[in-house]
Amino acid sequence: MTGNPETGRGYLAERGWRSWAYTLDHKRIGVMYLLTTIAFFLVGGVFALLLRLELLSPQAKYFSDHTYNVFFTLHGAMMIFLFIIPAIPSGLGNFFIPMHIGARDVAFPRLNLASYWVFVAGFLVVLASLVSPMDTGWTFYTPYSAKTGAAVATLSFGIFLIGMSSILTGLNFIVTIHKLRAPGMSWHRLPLFIWGMYSTSIIQVVATPVVGVTFLLLALERLVGVAFFDPAKGGDPVLFQHFFWFYSHPVVYVMILPAMGIVSEVIPVFSRKPIFGYAAIAYSSLAIAFIGFLVWGHHMFTSAMSPLANAIFSFLTFFVAVPTAVKVFNWIATLYKGSITFESPMLYALTFIFLFIIGGLTGPFLAALSTNVQLHDTYFVVAHFHYTMMGGTVMGFFAGLHYWFPKMTGKMLNEKVARIAWALVFIGFNVTFFTMFIVGTRGMPRRYAEYVPKFHAENVVSTVGSAILALGILVMMWNFVQGLRKGARAPGNPWYALSLEWQSASPPETENFHEVPTVTAWPYGYGTPKGPPA
Amino acid sequence: MGEILSFGAASGQAARVDTVFLMILVIGGFFFVLTQGLLIYFAVKYRRRRPDRDNETPQITGDYLLEFFWILIPSIVVVAIFYYGWLVYADLRIPPAGATDVYVNARQWMYEVRYTDGRTAINEIHVPAGKPVRFILSASDVLHGFYLPDFRVKMDMIPGRTTTLWVQPDRPGRYPIYCTVFCGAGHSNMTANLIALPPAEFAQWEAGGERGGPEGKGPEALAARGERIMKSAGCLNCHAVEGKKIGPPFKGLFGSRVTLEDGTTVAADEEYLRESITDPGAKIVKGYQNMMPTFKTTLSTEDVNGLVEYIKGLK
Repeated sequence: MTGNPETGRGYLAERGWRSWAYTLDHKRIGVMYLLTTIAFFLVGGVFALLLRLELLSPQAKYFSDHTYNVFFTLHGAMMIFLFIIPAIPSGLGNFFIPMHIGARDVAFPRLNLASYWVFVAGFLVVLASLVSPMDTGWTFYTPYSAKTGAAVATLSFGIFLIGMSSILTGLNFIVTIHKLRAPGMSWHRLPLFIWGMYSTSIIQVVATPVVGVTFLLLALERLVGVAFFDPAKGGDPVLFQHFFWFYSHPVVYVMILPAMGIVSEVIPVFSRKPIFGYAAIAYSSLAIAFIGFLVWGHHMFTSAMSPLANAIFSFLTFFVAVPTAVKVFNWIATLYKGSITFESPMLYALTFIFLFIIGGLTGPFLAALSTNVQLHDTYFVVAHFHYTMMGGTVMGFFAGLHYWFPKMTGKMLNEKVARIAWALVFIGFNVTFFTMFIVGTRGMPRRYAEYVPKFHAENVVSTVGSAILALGILVMMWNFVQGLRKGARAPGNPWYALSLEWQSASPPETENFHEVPTVTAWPYGYGTPKGPPA
Repeated sequence: MGEILSFGAASGQAARVDTVFLMILVIGGFFFVLTQGLLIYFAVKYRRRRPDRDNETPQITGDYLLEFFWILIPSIVVVAIFYYGWLVYADLRIPPAGATDVYVNARQWMYEVRYTDGRTAINEIHVPAGKPVRFILSASDVLHGFYLPDFRVKMDMIPGRTTTLWVQPDRPGRYPIYCTVFCGAGHSNMTANLIALPPAEFAQWEAGGERGGPEGKGPEALAARGERIMKSAGCLNCHAVEGKKIGPPFKGLFGSRVTLEDGTTVAADEEYLRESITDPGAKIVKGYQNMMPTFKTTLSTEDVNGLVEYIKGLK
């Protein structure tokens, strides 16, 4: 270990707000992203709880229908654009991509800082839109979004800026991964987290401009009256859906691929065994990114596309399942004959696999045309994407936070509290969202402020689950704060991991490594006597 | 199946959708048990028992044969699921001959129903049980949805377009219709009912109301309205019912395949007729000039529906 105990607070040593606002250190920028996105996760979570509260009663009780509509719009828009898209790539990715590949920083540190401040500008504009909050759902479907009185143009401009920040970050990462790898770090020695981040960055750079243009067109339609999407003036509302999903489908892989990368890191470390099928996991990330561009039409099977187009999109959609299944099989095979311990990062990684299997296996119901037509726009879809996005991405994010907390802060977390939080999150999540599969199959449409009484029981159960889930997340956050305040001093490599980021001090120094490391092996050589001591 | 997770399927179609659902559930259930079983089994069996084993775990880095099979098997399984999903869907999209047509237009926040005989209703659709009924869907303001959970089908209602959906209620009953595309403050209260009556009762209901009278004296049949509009709006200056004029003829048009100027063919369905009236330049019939003006603003949705219904009758 090259960790230097004398460095003390490492990259955190410098104080004062200027040292943060003007920093070019990828680690500090990563930390700023993490704090910002976690704040929005909590705000988005509060909106979710308000939704669940209202749904305790079939009739409007606490809020008006319009207020409910605003809440689910803000819940979706914040969780998607301000939390789940940037959290892992811009937060953990910024911090750990250079450290994983043995670099001193990203390729363009100034651009990196710029992308953070563009992101901040974006969310300030989003906050400004709250004077007349959006009530369109996070999908902004026209013509409703072109007609509603809410600040659609403001919000879409905010998201336009956030998208720009996302493009800059993706570009920066692609160049960094291509050009700044340490000597000996060949493509097949790249950690799988980097493969995930690389695939994600490609999607960000290729797909995000489309949503940017779409939102510009929408703003033009609202502000100047140029009708792209309004049928009364010769536009086409279905065109908007094509544009929107051409971005918003690939973007779910922006969300999931980095989380899959984290899981691929955590599983071998805590199984003390090499990852099974490295190449298959690495290339399946690229395969998912590629296929992900060809399947956007599956959001529109009831939107008057021709049956033939529907059939083609359905067929292609099924092939996302193959590389995804390959990853799951490989993670499970990695456990085989391991020496497994269950610290909190591993608990969240195993939870990721457990929940993601459910999310994945409910995908074919929605990819198959006849069952899609039944289940589209019902709670079944809500359950499916929360299993993949929250059960998947967010659990992967939690795994990453617990795994890298000692590295980022130099402090250890209280493991006992972390496990209590995990248990609450696991139970709460399943109670909340599994119920939605049932109520969706029974026919309850989504985005309903009020519903017929026959769906009452499921909604009550789901709301109880959401309270348990929220409690778990609160305990986790409290544990993070306590860990920061009085956690035990973290050693350089508390999990005895082999990847490069652990070969620095905890917290790392400003330029990560005393000297640029030379790489002689892949990062998964666990379980050999020559490996690190247990 | 339907009895456990949903409620009784209200049609043969719905039962077939339930079969696809059940098939995916069984296949998914198999993989669920397999993967979660192995995940939990390995996690328990290979938990760390003694620290020194950390340095002796086997160096298994992959197995090409295994990887080949777990790429191959899911590929076969998903193609099979796709195929059955498509098969049943194709059936959902093709209405049987002799289906009763009902026009439904959505606006914030109601469903306006118009029967071909001219009756209208709001949020209630009466149909005979045991016979296929086809909904011709449109929307006036924003997107809406038309979802019949008991029949396992839905279709979006899109301003400026015509979409269709058919069902065949096997037994009499009152079946809810929900709006599934978010449409504003009243979205979750935008519901309607499909009321399937036994044939005798339906005949009674059908005989009950006024219909077919000239304008101003009770409801006018849609086709009659179309015939009136066709004369008053000047359609027949350029078109003839039979025989080529400046524009193509109407007789036998509906349900035929029309060859366009670029050589492609298109089915002359309701959406084609509607588009040809409101956006005549979009598809030019081979052998004709693009010179018809749009009637988008001069004719109401009702007028266009009337014309469509009238042309449909010119067999």
